[in-house]
Amino acid sequence: MTMLHTVNKSPFERNTLASCLGHAKSGSAILLIEDGVFAAVQGTAHEDTVRGAVADHKVFVLGPDLLARGMRPEQVIEGISVVDYGGFVDLTEQHDKVQAWV
Amino acid sequence: MKYGILVNEGPYQHQASDTAYQFAQALLDKGHELFRVFFYHDGVNNGTRFAVPPQDDRNITVRWSEMAEKHGVDLVICIAAAQRRGLLDEGEAKRQGKDGNNIAPGFRISGLGQLIEAGIQCDRLVVFGD
Repeated sequence: MTMLHTVNKSPFERNTLASCLGHAKSGSAILLIEDGVFAAVQGTAHEDTVRGAVADHKVFVLGPDLLARGMRPEQVIEGISVVDYGGFVDLTEQHDKVQAWV
Repeated sequence: MKYGILVNEGPYQHQASDTAYQFAQALLDKGHELFRVFFYHDGVNNGTRFAVPPQDDRNITVRWSEMAEKHGVDLVICIAAAQRRGLLDEGEAKRQGKDGNNIAPGFRISGLGQLIEAGIQCDRLVVFGD
């Protein structure tokens, strides 16, 4: 059984991503949405944590939320896949359970 | 696949109502079934027809109502959360002795059992909130 985790808070605002990473089984999928997309960009203080997450999990970021915050897919840490809402739906289909970290 | 959605945040608050709607639209576009959207906590405010957002802004409530009409989606508002926040349908207004109701088309007021049922009946239950 695999799980999709959604994280919608910036790591600069809350420790939602850290909670998620502390609980998610290795190999599960993590989708960064809303303010959670701030974790996906290169050059932030949280980059090392996120790179560690990419090594252990499949990490995705919601493209429209990235663009809405003035960031481009090219700025995303390598290994993170950019998806649209259709891709979000596909991820929920591919995993048995969806856990929202809010 | 059969989907259920839980919305725990009010409209125009942060982004949960919008994300939930975009997700719902995307799953319908892919041919999946949206069995029910359950509105809980401040999420119940998605269902008031008295909101009048500026004309150049999206109307979150109308958007949900139109989706319900077009795709037959069951929009359910939690009764206890609704009572606390002044959201009433005709029956509730009468029962509580209030002078009117404000529920939007396509929405209905019911209990938490509807959320549990969605969790049992649906292949996926996806949560949006703050």
